[in-house]
Amino acid sequence: MTNSIAEVKENDVLFLIGTNTAENHPVIWYQMVRALRKGAKLIVADPRETIPARRADMFLQLRPGTNIALINGIIHVIISEGLYDAAYVEANTTGFVELSRAVAAYTPDYVSQITSVPAELIVSAARTYAAGERAGVYYAMGITQHSTGVDTVQALSNLALIMGNIGKEFSGLNPLRGQSNVQGACDMGALPNVFPGYQSVDNPEIIEKFERAWGVKLSSQRGVRATEVGEAVGKGDIRALYIMGENIMVSDPDVAHVEKALKSLDFLVVQDIFLTETAALADVVLPAACFAEKDGTFTNTERRVQRLVKAVDAPGQARADWEIISELIRRLGHDAPYSGPEDIMREIAALTPQYGGIAYPRISRVGLQWPCPDEDHPGTRYLHSKGIARGKGLVMPVQHAEAQELTDADYPLILTTGRIIYHYHTRSMTGRVEGLHELAPQSFVEISPATAEQFSVEDGETVSVSSRRGTIETTARVTPRIKDGVVFIPFHFAQGNANVLTNVALDPVAQIPELKVAAVRICPATAK
Amino acid sequence: MTEIRVKIDNVTYTAPEGVTILEIARANGVEVPTLCYHPKLSIVGACRMCVVEVAGSRGLMTACSTVAVDGMEVNTRTDAVVKSRRNVLELLLSDHPMECLTCEAAGKCSLQKYAYEYSVTGATYQAEPRDHDLDSSNPFYLRDMRMCITCGQCVRVCDEIVGASALGFSERGDRTFVGPAFGHNITDTTCVSCGSCVDFCPTTALTSTHGRNRLRTANIRKVTTTCGYCGVGCQINLLVDRNEILGVEPVEGPANDGFLCVKGKYGFNFVNHPDRLKTPLVRRNGQLVEASWDEALELVARKFSSIIDQHGRQSIMSLSSARCTNEENYLMQKLFRAVIGNNNIDHCARL
Repeated sequence: MTNSIAEVKENDVLFLIGTNTAENHPVIWYQMVRALRKGAKLIVADPRETIPARRADMFLQLRPGTNIALINGIIHVIISEGLYDAAYVEANTTGFVELSRAVAAYTPDYVSQITSVPAELIVSAARTYAAGERAGVYYAMGITQHSTGVDTVQALSNLALIMGNIGKEFSGLNPLRGQSNVQGACDMGALPNVFPGYQSVDNPEIIEKFERAWGVKLSSQRGVRATEVGEAVGKGDIRALYIMGENIMVSDPDVAHVEKALKSLDFLVVQDIFLTETAALADVVLPAACFAEKDGTFTNTERRVQRLVKAVDAPGQARADWEIISELIRRLGHDAPYSGPEDIMREIAALTPQYGGIAYPRISRVGLQWPCPDEDHPGTRYLHSKGIARGKGLVMPVQHAEAQELTDADYPLILTTGRIIYHYHTRSMTGRVEGLHELAPQSFVEISPATAEQFSVEDGETVSVSSRRGTIETTARVTPRIKDGVVFIPFHFAQGNANVLTNVALDPVAQIPELKVAAVRICPATAK
Repeated sequence: MTEIRVKIDNVTYTAPEGVTILEIARANGVEVPTLCYHPKLSIVGACRMCVVEVAGSRGLMTACSTVAVDGMEVNTRTDAVVKSRRNVLELLLSDHPMECLTCEAAGKCSLQKYAYEYSVTGATYQAEPRDHDLDSSNPFYLRDMRMCITCGQCVRVCDEIVGASALGFSERGDRTFVGPAFGHNITDTTCVSCGSCVDFCPTTALTSTHGRNRLRTANIRKVTTTCGYCGVGCQINLLVDRNEILGVEPVEGPANDGFLCVKGKYGFNFVNHPDRLKTPLVRRNGQLVEASWDEALELVARKFSSIIDQHGRQSIMSLSSARCTNEENYLMQKLFRAVIGNNNIDHCARL
């Protein structure tokens, strides 16, 4: 997030696209509810009538895979009606002329044809967003898990930039991140192309810095990405995999393909708190401590580094992940001279510019938001306040492109996936909390009344859903809250697993899979 | 900002214009009792516990809803004030079940606290006891409307913060009670089981199911930490009895402002689940069998070394975790970069 969570309740316009905040980040939704009570306007773009959509002043129920067209349409209206911040654009951005040329074709009528959102709603959404003095944009996987995910974020960035809604308190671009420490895992360089702090692995100066710190020679070759594992294993390039706290047998697209890859490895190590579907395939399973059983830090979606404090002992012989990795480093003949997480954080701070001022005594009560370059720095509440980090904000036109898999006669419906409030990712934790299981025991597929009728599907019956990659059985939930021609399945459940069906098409830059659009067909299970 | 001067119990305080008498009192450590007031919710002035005397006004004023003005003279402890508060408590206790011995809220119940402070026994008025069935339809909390004092904090937090609006007032007068519309059970509503109503309830009308009959007497340690679920980073207190988590309460963290969702509040039970992995496992003859740490780690080190020897440093990869700490992710990438010797590290940021 470029802003802080505490700023959300001060917004006068909230534009939510591809985020069901009420179910996936409920406590941020509470802030939004407080803004709405003070009169803020709410624009929601989603194929489903989510809880936020029901509260929206403008609900743009778009066809999955058309986010860029919608955003370009909004930009078109803002430019053609002269609502943009001309002074800000002139002083702080480059590329505006190219953008206005590129979006000229995206008239409300044309965008309406692509997205199926009524033209007048696109116009009023544009005017409403443009009128906001404190307009915040919020997004999540609903726009990024597409083969055009990066371009979609660029389109949103264009929108915020032409309104001057960057580098301001209360206004900004706010990705809502799904897991407790997904921000931190990225910050720490658990990525194939960067060291901690997003320092590139192919920059000689950076390599030298880390070689000096760690006392070894380092590789400048970009590593294999998570989404390339299957292929790399298939080709024999990757022979062993060490998985810590991930259940890719449920969370990754095209699960059949994942299973094949894991089974063809020479050696699989899985470190987790439960024997997950993935751990069950391992050669070695290492028992780990959970969040309540260890010390450390998490970095939240607003870049705040906060403490994790050990409350209880781990069961049996389970150990904290940092202890296990340290021990493995030693057994592989290297030093791991850490007495605890605080020691490790000192090393992180010394090597990671954004974390330079992060130290346990400073975050014992309230966490600090990075960038926090040195021990006197108070942390950063919102980004780009002293001008855009890269100099001038780059306005870069992007074009609508259809999803990699479209509907046809064999697979006439669009499948989109997501989470529900009672579960977390692959349910390895929430599936073992009795009450949560009771409230949401099983997988389901949401289908609109008209589409259900078309495919002879009844509410509550077991249905068979198929894509080009597989077939699952799940329970039909007929609801007017989903768009005709679209079905939604939560991805939490190993039984009735949406990711048996999803497509592995990737965004060319971010390599994020297109989990939000796949072509499927549906029929009653008895008719199969 | 204009400053005003207000005299409370003969001491003069300065405050910014527009704040209430209660806010000035609390900011300066002057105790004024409240039951329906909460600083994060709208002000309704319903319970009348916060009444004070304001010089020149006709009756007693509610401190929570009266905006202070320059030169105001307030008295918080006159005979009339105390008498009025005692009467409020007498009326509340007139139909309140006197079950303090076994009550889950004893010791932290506002009604009990004020009854004690104001020496009110509930003997003055006798009303029909409230007749409501216990609503145990939600797996995480119980609704016992016999214990309700109709302060409405649950109604407001559900509407004004959570946005679920699952609760409202029904009936009139002394028959007023709080609940879902049409007498439904709470599970048949828009309730999202976040437990905010439970955290706000000043009595035991709303209580968490887990930890009942233990939380009051257990030697609870409160450990402040960060929730392990989504990326919001809510601050929580784990309520720990020896080595067991009995409950979670929200902390006023910068991101969560004192609120939680259902997973943060009630999703902690997996920690003690019997399915937890307790020992390393290694595969022998196709089966995963228990092993010592020494065996398991030695096997990993040996296999990694031999795979590197045979297939080179690029042939091993790690999937790190968005659910592990910064320190652990740092070590994992260091293991791969500095020890194994490649950049084959990624995690599920895209999933």
